Amino acid sequence: MKNIKGRVWKFGNDINTDLISPGKYLDGTIEEIKGHVLEAVNPRFAKEVQKGDILVAGKNFGCGSSRESAPQALKALGIEAVVAESFARIFFRNAVAIGLAVLACPSVYQSFKEGETLELELEKALVKNLDRNISLKGSSLPREMLDVLNKGGIAPLLKDLFGPGRIG
Amino acid sequence: MGMTLAEKILARASGRQSVKAGDFVVASIDLAMTHEGLRGAYPVLKEAGVKKLWDPEKVVNLFDHWVPAPTVQAAIHHKTLRQAAAEFGIRHVYGENAGICHQVLPEKGHVVPGDLIVGTDSHTVTYGAFGAAATGIGYSEMAYVLATGKLWFRTPETIRFQMEGNLPSGVMSKDLLLYLAGKYSAEVAQYRAIEFRGSTAKEMSLSSRMTMSNMSVELGAKFGFFEPDEKVGDFLKGRAKKPYPMIKADPDASYEKVFEVDTSRIEPQVALPSNVDNVQPVSRLGKVTINQAFIGSCTNGRIEDLKIAAGILRGKKVNPQVRLLVIPASWEVYREALKSGILEILVDAGAIICNSTCGPCFGGHMGILAPGERCVASINRNFQGRMGSSEAEVYLGSPATVAASAIEGVIADPRPYLPRFPL
Repeated sequence: MKNIKGRVWKFGNDINTDLISPGKYLDGTIEEIKGHVLEAVNPRFAKEVQKGDILVAGKNFGCGSSRESAPQALKALGIEAVVAESFARIFFRNAVAIGLAVLACPSVYQSFKEGETLELELEKALVKNLDRNISLKGSSLPREMLDVLNKGGIAPLLKDLFGPGRIG
Repeated sequence: MGMTLAEKILARASGRQSVKAGDFVVASIDLAMTHEGLRGAYPVLKEAGVKKLWDPEKVVNLFDHWVPAPTVQAAIHHKTLRQAAAEFGIRHVYGENAGICHQVLPEKGHVVPGDLIVGTDSHTVTYGAFGAAATGIGYSEMAYVLATGKLWFRTPETIRFQMEGNLPSGVMSKDLLLYLAGKYSAEVAQYRAIEFRGSTAKEMSLSSRMTMSNMSVELGAKFGFFEPDEKVGDFLKGRAKKPYPMIKADPDASYEKVFEVDTSRIEPQVALPSNVDNVQPVSRLGKVTINQAFIGSCTNGRIEDLKIAAGILRGKKVNPQVRLLVIPASWEVYREALKSGILEILVDAGAIICNSTCGPCFGGHMGILAPGERCVASINRNFQGRMGSSEAEVYLGSPATVAASAIEGVIADPRPYLPRFPL
């Protein structure tokens, strides 16, 4: 996986799945949901986020529901990676399962201001603030998860296993 | 070295003699539960060209979040999922008259001790009350499970809440769980398994245990276990779909942390907006007026919950400023509450009884809040926007606290309302 470089959006602690993908829009499509991502915390975010941006957050990012629309909607908005001090486990697995890069990195929140540029080397769990020349080390992802991410998520993985020409 | 419940079940499911915390395993799944989440897994399966499921007998599909369908969109989802279930030969299908998945699956005997269960719902951890290793997964991972029957797990460390003492009268397991969240934080069990142990756990009813296992995910947990005992055996008699072991943790199992909890002095608790660990005793809350009170959900919509509410509301009236919604967690609970007179007491008091659904708990339908409104609810999450408007507030409490609050119109301590002669 090549390095990811992007502009940072910052969010605090306990950003839950109801904030990321509110329940009242859940019966809609990802295209409908993505316009409401994190609107209660920062109404500008869904309107102004650009492809390649990176989300930096505090502790317990993605706590709450198992709804996969949470990482999916972030990905649909163009977010390339989420780097947070810690993650709730279901969100973390779901992000990997849909091919959205995630990394837990303890001091990331204090090391970035919104709008600064973050470079992520996922295989080595390295995070850099390119504006202020700060380097951080996150918690390495297990090989199994990196493999799924490199594949682009579970959907392409299943296609390899069951697609045309395979015994399914 | 002995094994925890999580280690024992993951070892068995991955065909190993033993595993320890930190080990990666690829495990065979014993049961996969999909509610409306199947609509996320279905396109992944179709796209990948999966023609048949690994074992349709081990799959349960039901509808609970939006029943009966409140919108055309939801109706289309249900229609699609009925076709999907038929296409893949899923036989265990429950429709609109069954209830909320985490109540229905145990009632129908799908959940047994020692099994490894995944579901497209974060509160799948509820089945830990039966000694099952059960956890929530997303739709793509569910697609993988449905196709292959397997999923990888990192064997979690286990923390143990050693809970000793008798909960005081009017204090429910919900209060205890909120107390633990407030004291130890919503991250205390992040990536970990919990074992709820001690005399309080042993004395507790199965329904009360389900409440705590259910909310263990609010502490970050992957699994939330109670050791199965005769109460589980009694419940499963005539229900269980297969034989099962009364699995126990080994006495010399290794725990990352053990928290000693004296439960004999805990008071009724509430979680204030908008985090589950923002907890205070009701007695120290001050005057918090409410517009809505809600008793229901997979957390607290069982008979014992409705019964204590009816005991408090018998002969009383819901405050005219408040709408009280009661949603039995399943059709079985609904019928029992109907036949035993509980529903009559609640209706006489002014409660609105709705059909069994997740409904307002996640802001889906029925009982949505307007900006500036406030609800006290027996549910599991009080996140901003959880029950409708992101400018509304949700407080979490026990069904007893919700019932007392419905009478007073402010969040109220249930203890003065406890009936001298319980129902």
